[in-house]
Order: sequence, then C-alpha cells, then structure tokens
Amino acid sequence: MIELIQEYGLAYLYSDGAGLSGLAMTLWLFIVTMVCGFFLSLPLALARISRKLWLRWPVEFYTYLFRGTPLYIQLLICYTGLYGLEVVRDHEMLDRFFRNALNCTLLAFVLNTCAYTVEIFAGAIRNIPHGEIEAAQAYGLHGWKLNLFVVLPAALRRSLPAYSNELILMLHATSLAFTATIADILKVARDANAATFLTFQAFGIAALLYMLLSFALVGLFRLAERRWMRFLVPSRG
Amino acid sequence: MNDFLHSVGLQALSLQGFGPLLAQGTWMTLKLALLSLGLSLLLGLLGASAKLSPLRLLRIPATLYTTLIRSVPDLVLILLIFYTFQIWLNDFTEWMGWGYFEIDPFTAGVLTLGFIYGAYFTENFRGAILSVPAGQLEAATAYGLSRAQRFHLVLFPQLMRFALPGLGNNWLVLLKSTALVSIIGLADLVKAAQNAGKSTNNVLYFLIIAGLVYLLITTLSNRLFKRLERRFNTGIKGLAS
Repeated sequence: MIELIQEYGLAYLYSDGAGLSGLAMTLWLFIVTMVCGFFLSLPLALARISRKLWLRWPVEFYTYLFRGTPLYIQLLICYTGLYGLEVVRDHEMLDRFFRNALNCTLLAFVLNTCAYTVEIFAGAIRNIPHGEIEAAQAYGLHGWKLNLFVVLPAALRRSLPAYSNELILMLHATSLAFTATIADILKVARDANAATFLTFQAFGIAALLYMLLSFALVGLFRLAERRWMRFLVPSRG
Repeated sequence: MNDFLHSVGLQALSLQGFGPLLAQGTWMTLKLALLSLGLSLLLGLLGASAKLSPLRLLRIPATLYTTLIRSVPDLVLILLIFYTFQIWLNDFTEWMGWGYFEIDPFTAGVLTLGFIYGAYFTENFRGAILSVPAGQLEAATAYGLSRAQRFHLVLFPQLMRFALPGLGNNWLVLLKSTALVSIIGLADLVKAAQNAGKSTNNVLYFLIIAGLVYLLITTLSNRLFKRLERRFNTGIKGLAS
C-alpha cells in the first residue's frame, strides 16, 4: 500500500510525468465540460420553450437524441466513429480536432451534459410564476432584456437542486474518459492496478478521490442554495 | 437468416451480415438491464424500509450504503467490484481447497449494477413512502389489517404514485449504464457494434445503429412509464387524464 502511494501518489493527484493526470485531469475535464455546457444550454433552453416551431423542434430533437442514448456510445462515436470518415480526415481543421483524444472526449461530454441541462433550465423557465414575467413586462422589459434580466436569473435559481444533481452525474461520467486514453483518476488507478496487482487499493483510492469531489460539490451547492434560494424558504415568525 | 433476408429483398435488415450479432447484443443488454432492475428494486425496497426503521442498527448501514455508493461513479464501482471480487473469490476457493472459479462479466454486471442502483432506488422509495400521508397507515392499522396487508393494500399502491417518476428516470439511467459493462468484456450491444464496425471498417455506421437501438428502448420505456403513471394516478384529481 505504501509503495503504491509512493509510486503513484503524484499521478493520482496531478501529474504522471507526461502531463496532467489523476485528480487534476478529472477536475479539468469536469470544469471545461461544465462551463461550456452551461453557456451553450442557456440560449438552447430559451429556444426549447420558444413558440416558434423551427426554433423549438431542432432543440427538442437534439435533447431527445442525447438523453436517449448512453454517453459511452456518444463518446465512441466522437472518438473512433467520426475519425473513420474520409470527409473528416481530409478536412484540415477537423482532422486536427478529432485526432486529439481530449478534444473528442470534451466534445462528447459537453454535448451530453448540455442536452440534460437544457431540459432542466427549460423546465424551470416554464415554472416561473406568470406574475414575475408580467411585472417585468409592465416595467417595460421586452425581448432579450426580459430574458437576460428576469427570466434566466429566476429560472437558474429555481433549477439549482436539479442542476447540482446533473453536475454530480457529469462528474461521475468523466470517469469514462479513460476509455479514450485520457489520464484521469480511473486511468491512473488502472495503470497502478496493472503494475502492482493491488487491485482493491488501486481502485479504492480512485473511489475515495471521486467521493471527496462529490462531497465537495454537494457542499458547494448547499451554500449556493442557501444564498440564491433563500426567497423560496418560508419565513419564520 | 441472411439468405432468407436476401431472398425477400430486405438486405438492409441483415446489416451487412451483422444483424444477428447485433440482435444477440441487444438481447444481452436487455437481459442485463432487466435482471439488474429486479435486483435493485428489491434492494431499494429493503433499503428504504431499513432507512425508515426506528432501529439504529438498520438505519446506519442503510444510510452509509446510499451515501457511499451514490458518491462514487458507477464505472469505478464496476471495475472495483469486478476485479476485487474475483481476487477475493480466488483466495477463498484456494483457502477452502476448491477449484478455480471464474465470475463471468454477465453475473458481475448484474450484481454490480443491481447493487449500485439499489442505492438510488432506496432514496427513491424512501421519498415516496414519506409522501404517503401518515393517516392512511394509521387508518389501515385501525381497521385491523395485518402488516402484510397494510403494505400490499394501502402503502404500495399509494407509494407507487409518488415513486413512479423517479423510477422511470432511474430505469433509464440504469439502462444507459449497462453500456459500461462492455468495458469489462460483456458481449452486449456496444461490444457487438464495435466488433461489427472493426471487421467492416465502418465503425460509425454500427455505433449509430446501436445508438438507435438504445433510443428505441428508452422511447418505449418512456411510453410504458407514462401509461403506468396514468394507471397509478387514477382517482387523483387533475392528474389522471
């Protein structure tokens, strides 16, 4: 056990000598996915509830596709499937993008989490009390101003619990990255297991690290909910 | 099979000769998903009763189970349990003087997924049980129903109403995570698609086919759950329609 930590401790945490690995890699995957997914999902959520069919329908189809299939298949399509196409290999920019495993992984993760997040945000927008939007309209807010200053903030606050769930699932889903040769926590654990045969310890450390990350995330969201959802708590006395 | 499809002009259905392989994979995926669903539902009901029990001896292990399992990715647990369990089993059989006994990926997949999703179903059922008004159970006791009758006739029909949306969600997550079991070597739909893709040099095509099969299963499950929800909501104003 001690040799395992001496040999692979650094790799588990942040560097395997060749670059970012372990905890740092997982965090990097998670943060990039989260940030891209979040900003991509805001306009899509607004399109998802739009009255215009040509706006709503494509987004609906996108979320249906990505929520109805396993992330593993999506990752395989991005990582091995698309690069098999000649169109992709012949196009210089696409070729450079898809040759990099990290790019493929991030693409699959972002598209996946974005689909779930769009549905969460769209649901929250639908559940905003009419009065809030009517009041904003009465104050003369319309169009993108109404969306930016009233609809989105109100929806984002209310979707915090569901969104935190999705982020935790996303964090867990990043463990799939090792199948695309990304050196995340699980990849280090597999390497450590293959080299030392301390199976339980090698995977146990990985499980512990993920557990710590999950608990930290839950804690952060508790704080966020206390701050931004206070107006929904019934006041006492 | 392929000749038959050819003769009736349905070459597309044979999927370049890999139709049967993919069908086998689909069947494997379905078997795995349904068996682990059964196991996890059972564990979920047991876990929920343990979590709501007045006995601390039952409550603490159940809470540990749901908290720990739900904070670790399922893929990590699948690998951890699959490899570790095999080693422990080897040590045990050696110690007992028995022969070598290998766990196949299917059994490991069912046990692991069942164990993991049991934790999610525990939380699901716990919430649903708490949503049933206490007066209902008190009334059942007052009418002299036995414990079994109370569960079967009063608690279960009402708790299902609250549990169904979560059950549907968890079932879909479970179904999609069966794809991970191909990583420990199970010949499921994903594996079949990968193999077919490698031998024909057309990976994308077969991955998309596999994706469509998953999409079909999830869409049908959604329909089924809508139906069930309508059935369990009969008699509730504004919901049954």
